[in-house]
Amino acid sequence: MADRKNTPGIAGTSSRMNRRTALKTLGAGAGAVAGIGALPGIIGCAHASDEPIRIGFQVHRTGIGAAYGRWYDRTTEAVVKRINDEGGINGRPIEIVAEDDGTDPKRGAEVVEKLATKHKCDVAFGTLFSHVVYGSAPRAGELAIPYFVVSEGHHVASGALNRYTLQPGITDVKSQVEAMGPFIKENLGKKVTMIYPDFAFGHDHRDYFTAAFEALGGEVLEKIAIPPTETSFSKYFPKIPRETEVVYHVMVGPAVLTFVKELGEFFGPNRPEIFGFIDSLEAVDLASPGLEFLEGTYFWEGNPRYAQEDQSEFDKAYREAVGVDANGASISDAKDVSTYAHMFGCWETIYVIKAGMEASGYSGTKDRQKLIEAVESMTEMPHSFEHPQGAKLFNGKTHQAFGHQYISKVTEGKLVLAHTTSIEDTLYEDEVDYTSMSF
Amino acid sequence: MSQATRSVLLHSFVIALLVVMFFVLPEYHSGNLARILVLAVFAMGYNVLFGYTGLLSLGHALFFASGMYGLGLSIQFMQASPMLAMIIGLITAVVVSCVIGFLALRTTGVAFMIVTLMFAQAGFLTVLFFGKYTRGDEGFVIQRAQRSMFGFDLSQPFPRYFAALVLFSICLFLIAWLVHSRFGKTLVAIRENEQRARMLGYDVQRHKLVAVIISGTMSGAAGAAYALLFGYAGASFAAVQYSILPLLYVLLGGAGTTIGPLIGTVFMFYLIDISSEYTEAYMLIAGLVLILLTLFAPHGIAGLVRKKLVWLP
Repeated sequence: MADRKNTPGIAGTSSRMNRRTALKTLGAGAGAVAGIGALPGIIGCAHASDEPIRIGFQVHRTGIGAAYGRWYDRTTEAVVKRINDEGGINGRPIEIVAEDDGTDPKRGAEVVEKLATKHKCDVAFGTLFSHVVYGSAPRAGELAIPYFVVSEGHHVASGALNRYTLQPGITDVKSQVEAMGPFIKENLGKKVTMIYPDFAFGHDHRDYFTAAFEALGGEVLEKIAIPPTETSFSKYFPKIPRETEVVYHVMVGPAVLTFVKELGEFFGPNRPEIFGFIDSLEAVDLASPGLEFLEGTYFWEGNPRYAQEDQSEFDKAYREAVGVDANGASISDAKDVSTYAHMFGCWETIYVIKAGMEASGYSGTKDRQKLIEAVESMTEMPHSFEHPQGAKLFNGKTHQAFGHQYISKVTEGKLVLAHTTSIEDTLYEDEVDYTSMSF
Repeated sequence: MSQATRSVLLHSFVIALLVVMFFVLPEYHSGNLARILVLAVFAMGYNVLFGYTGLLSLGHALFFASGMYGLGLSIQFMQASPMLAMIIGLITAVVVSCVIGFLALRTTGVAFMIVTLMFAQAGFLTVLFFGKYTRGDEGFVIQRAQRSMFGFDLSQPFPRYFAALVLFSICLFLIAWLVHSRFGKTLVAIRENEQRARMLGYDVQRHKLVAVIISGTMSGAAGAAYALLFGYAGASFAAVQYSILPLLYVLLGGAGTTIGPLIGTVFMFYLIDISSEYTEAYMLIAGLVLILLTLFAPHGIAGLVRKKLVWLP
């Protein structure tokens, strides 16, 4: 996968009319450029029927998101192979053009620009980290390239972005967090202390969970923010009130093993109930030394890492196609643990792009707006080979998918599914109507 | 021909070349060039302090972010027009550089580097601390509707490129004038031998403070322009990486030359852009090239040209 070949000259229509007009006035200059051989806008836009659909993949191959990027890469490779084996999209094969954004918002914007204007991709896709989405989405909107993110951030549904940015293949943090409230209150306790990283992702957890939990009659006793540069956590634990019934934690980054180890040393055998988000432990082996303390605790999972007893045929096929074993690790290396809770979003998003292109009769970049309108008109996405994580409900106004959330309990070192939320548990009021915005 | 005339001719030629480049380059590269021009302004600001005054700062991300957030937050919360927001961004950068200059110039040498680095880190953490307003590490988008100036939609390629070019041109001519001025020559004298400049009666501390303010304001202008032209402000621009980048641009291009920062920015941008197409270890390649350049062209590309071939200001 990850075809990095540049193919200058592949068709594309430029929407930069002012620039094109300026070019026409500079006919003399055009002669001098002929040697460069890449004037924009003078190349035809018709796609041959067998010409690939080029999906630009903005991937975190380096930087803090590299572990996710590796598995997003593999998942994308698997889904593209499957679709191409089935005949592609509208009879055309998919070609992935991958570019590393270094998990950096500045580079992310540059990559989107490169995918759109150099590689002439039909759409861009695949961004995970929220700050990269924020940095890149304005360029996607300006370049009028559909930008399908797989981020789980609330940025899309909050209305902060633009009509060209959509998140149809993964749920957002607001719906995930709010859906946890009922299970925690009914099964774990009513008095919660939250421990979260002191940056935007942690603040989303703090704000959305607190509001949802208090609305249910629960109480958040303490909110403990951990600075992002912190490497030792012991000094924060005395702030946990003694009457705490549930510790809610979400820690992202390499310090999570230290966090869990020190939490275990602090509480010993008399711990309260503990509920966490698996984001902390994505790509981390639960058998890692120091994680024994997590036995009996609960985790949110976007998609259960371990194959469950009632595993669906869809999950089985998806797992096999991507090359993940029953424990959520690579079939070729049991130590190479996947980011199973998130990476299904790549699989499902590519299938949404396929469905959108087929519904809109997409034939080239001139049909980008039709593609977006086709995706906006989608609603129910049934549990299927295309959506192996579970059924989804897509809100075309907010450009956001809603779906089931999974809560698992660590049992004998494995995550065993304890509860599945309904889609209704994850819904909230619309905050934007992108369909009312012009392209 | 006098040096001043040659300087005007050279810089006018560079700007004319940049005008032509927009029309002749493919869309991808002209888009890159708009970004490079803004980053080159950042590097030119850095060059005033490092290249001409001899002060090595490791905290210029703070100035860049000051301009960026001065502009971004005033648009976000005051609904300021882009022009007013740009002015607020510049004022923010002036104030921050005054304060940092006043405090950091109490130190010299390695201590100055460390103090500026620490101030920049404090600035980065401040952006995170006030996440309620700044959206912390995620940052925030400045919508297209908020980015029109004098009737020009700065999100479009043509206005964006020429807005970047106007800013670049102003800064280039300002520096070209500065280095030929009495003040600029005093800065060079301080760089060459601070004790001697002091002995000759120059107010070294005042000159260095003004250099910090000019450098910080120019860097802040670049930060504000980046947010305005590319529609995003985020904490990553306040991180240490963005203090190192202008140093690399200037070292590569040629410290103490007027066009060196532009050359260094172009070189570094495309070094990463092209090498990342071939390997994930593109920063390793960038590092190796930097080492080679430092070994074989210690005065940077423009410095090498000046030494071997032609006159350069």
